[in-house]
Amino acid sequence: MNADTVPWVALVGNPNSGKTAIFNLLTGMDQKVSNYPGITVEKKLGTGKFNDGTVYHLLDFPGTYSLTPESFDERIVTEQVLQWIHGKNPPAVIVSVVDATNLSRNLYLTTQLLDLGIPIVIALNMMDLVDQTEKIDASSLKKWLCAAAIVPVSALKKSGLNKLKKQVRASILTKPVNNDIFPLEVNKTLETILMPITSLLYTKLGYTPRLAAAQALRLITRNSTLELYNNAIQEGQKINSKTVNELEHLRTVAIKEIEKAELKPSSLEAMLRYQWLDANLAQDRSDHTNQIRKINANEKIDQILTHRWLGPGIFIGLLYFIFQSIFNFASIPMDWIEAGVNWLGKGAVTLVPESNFRGLLIDGIIAGLGAILIFLPQIVILMFFLTLLEDSGYMARVAFMLDRGMTKIGLHGRSVLPLMSGYACAIPGIMSTRTIDNWKERLITMLILPLMSCSARLPVYALMIGAFIPPITVGYIFGLQGLMMVMMYFIGTVTAMILAKIFSLWIKSEGKSSFVMEMPPYRLPILRSVFRQVFIRAKLFLFNAGKIIMAISIILWFLASFPKTDNRGEQTTIHNSFAGKIGHAIEPVIQPLGFDWKVGIALITSFAAREVFVSTMATIYNIENAADDMVQLSDAMKNDMNPSTGLPVFTPLVAVSLMVFYVYAAQCMATFAIIRRETNTWKWPLFMIVYMNVLAYMVSLLVYQGGLWLGFS
Amino acid sequence: MTVGDLHRGDTAVVKSFLSGLDSQSRFLEMGILPGVELRLVKIAPLGGTIELKVRDYYVSIRQQDALNIVIEN
Repeated sequence: MNADTVPWVALVGNPNSGKTAIFNLLTGMDQKVSNYPGITVEKKLGTGKFNDGTVYHLLDFPGTYSLTPESFDERIVTEQVLQWIHGKNPPAVIVSVVDATNLSRNLYLTTQLLDLGIPIVIALNMMDLVDQTEKIDASSLKKWLCAAAIVPVSALKKSGLNKLKKQVRASILTKPVNNDIFPLEVNKTLETILMPITSLLYTKLGYTPRLAAAQALRLITRNSTLELYNNAIQEGQKINSKTVNELEHLRTVAIKEIEKAELKPSSLEAMLRYQWLDANLAQDRSDHTNQIRKINANEKIDQILTHRWLGPGIFIGLLYFIFQSIFNFASIPMDWIEAGVNWLGKGAVTLVPESNFRGLLIDGIIAGLGAILIFLPQIVILMFFLTLLEDSGYMARVAFMLDRGMTKIGLHGRSVLPLMSGYACAIPGIMSTRTIDNWKERLITMLILPLMSCSARLPVYALMIGAFIPPITVGYIFGLQGLMMVMMYFIGTVTAMILAKIFSLWIKSEGKSSFVMEMPPYRLPILRSVFRQVFIRAKLFLFNAGKIIMAISIILWFLASFPKTDNRGEQTTIHNSFAGKIGHAIEPVIQPLGFDWKVGIALITSFAAREVFVSTMATIYNIENAADDMVQLSDAMKNDMNPSTGLPVFTPLVAVSLMVFYVYAAQCMATFAIIRRETNTWKWPLFMIVYMNVLAYMVSLLVYQGGLWLGFS
Repeated sequence: MTVGDLHRGDTAVVKSFLSGLDSQSRFLEMGILPGVELRLVKIAPLGGTIELKVRDYYVSIRQQDALNIVIEN
């Protein structure tokens, strides 16, 4: 089928309306996630099939409360809508996802969409959660809203979806009925004031009377609406600058008149629309007035989860549980992976004859890959828990509890989630800072986020702790190894907080900070959706990081294996290979931190991605050990002696110094790239690279030299 | 009186917004506007933010914003 003839359906709804769950159910695994051009708002496109077998595309839009944009995400929806109005690839149908337990606020957006004249199918989600005492009359709702159809669905119980598809199919290319008249009750005075704008939109731009009236009202209400029209000219939409100038002029005149009539221009649309909605809804619902006094199950749960003392305690307990389980649950699959990689290496030895290629295969590719695969279980477990916390609605409670603390250090309650995602990976964390409306708070969150120990550091910590920190118990219950690990996360986090405060003092602010955050109902996360997100992120990690690691492993194998003979024709060792030379060259700089030339090589390769440290060390030791079998990395490091002093190269102190270096150093090219894209300048990524690496060097120096002075080794 | 003066469990009807309110349009689009009734559910453990119930949902806002939402006596 020709791509152009495939109808496309837009999925629009409030945040927390269950929109994404419906998207997943309609499209299955067939979805592509990309970005809108120039910005990093996720564009989720899926393909589904109607019951009659015809294919359609489904585009999932970011959650928004209205068509007057407040945040980056919401702006996307508004911009797209304006393009549709001006005839640029409008959807065949809009599916408006509405949370049935929260009708009036959800329908606000729906009624704005209804002004567009595009057929609207309302998916009345979470019908299963609506109070039995409070009936919703769907057919009456459909009638006064003039929607194409209303379909009760439950994403959780997977019910109503076939009917939804059927209604969407039936609504394609239909004309909305009785949809020409603007339904809001606008009094005569206001109507007269708005008339010049309305008729301009009607005559010059060909809007329907309803759309013209709605846009006129929105132009008055929000300055940003006019900005959108100005942008539309630049995008080459069928609107000229003369019309926009005229609009601007008429707007100024109208606003003055409205103020004269003692009305507030900025609250006009919301006031009128909610009045209309509330009046109509009152007819369709019983028992509405007592709504705010009702203490529902969520509130009861919150009496514990956001309790003055219990709340913060439970949060800390959860964090401890998550990090503990990363180590406990991951050890079994890690053993399997290790055994599998060893088996692969042994197989390669017997199958492939001795050659340069075998060296590359075993010491380069298999060793490099093995070193990274082994940490996949830990990463998956961390991502699983973070996704659970987010999908269940708990994260909003964390933001609520911690906003004050965050504000004090120049951040926002919404910074908590990105920062916590940073424990998994800085990339999704930085991307999720988009929910912070204020630029300064967002920038600071991005700048300190890479200090949260991400899962790429985990391999480094796990390797060094496993090999060099003795598994003893301190204070009766705490394992020293676990404590050391927590310590690494702790110092990174605390430093991030301190730096946030410092940055907030000198980064100038633009606009004001605000915090109006819905506390979504607690929901049992849909496991399928959780696993999908974990799967997608793990795949991204494996492929993106895998590509880099593979390339670096191969380059490194080459640098560490060649030249095969030196100028006197003697067999060379890794010492006088290319890599050895580079490592030796930087050794004087890193020696004060306790690192030798091998670590030097790994530090350089780690600039691409931190986890490369482990594969680099694995490659180096495998090449150094001329035998065919693969060496156990931690054993090799433990047994490594400095040839000139006869002392071990790695000691517990060196291990700590190295881990501290990895806590602070800026070593992830993907992070730099994403910050460049989000801030639209190289200034901030460069700043980040400098501040983090200077910090890493200084703190590491302090730890190692201080440690030596205190008599540690 | 403003929302900032409410105690836990108190209900009130929004009367108007003071000009100091930064995120007025966000409040409006979420249906928090003059004439709407709300209940103060709780104050955050560290303070700074409060939780309200408005319409059918719960929302948290900052104390400083609460001081700019005038309620009817």
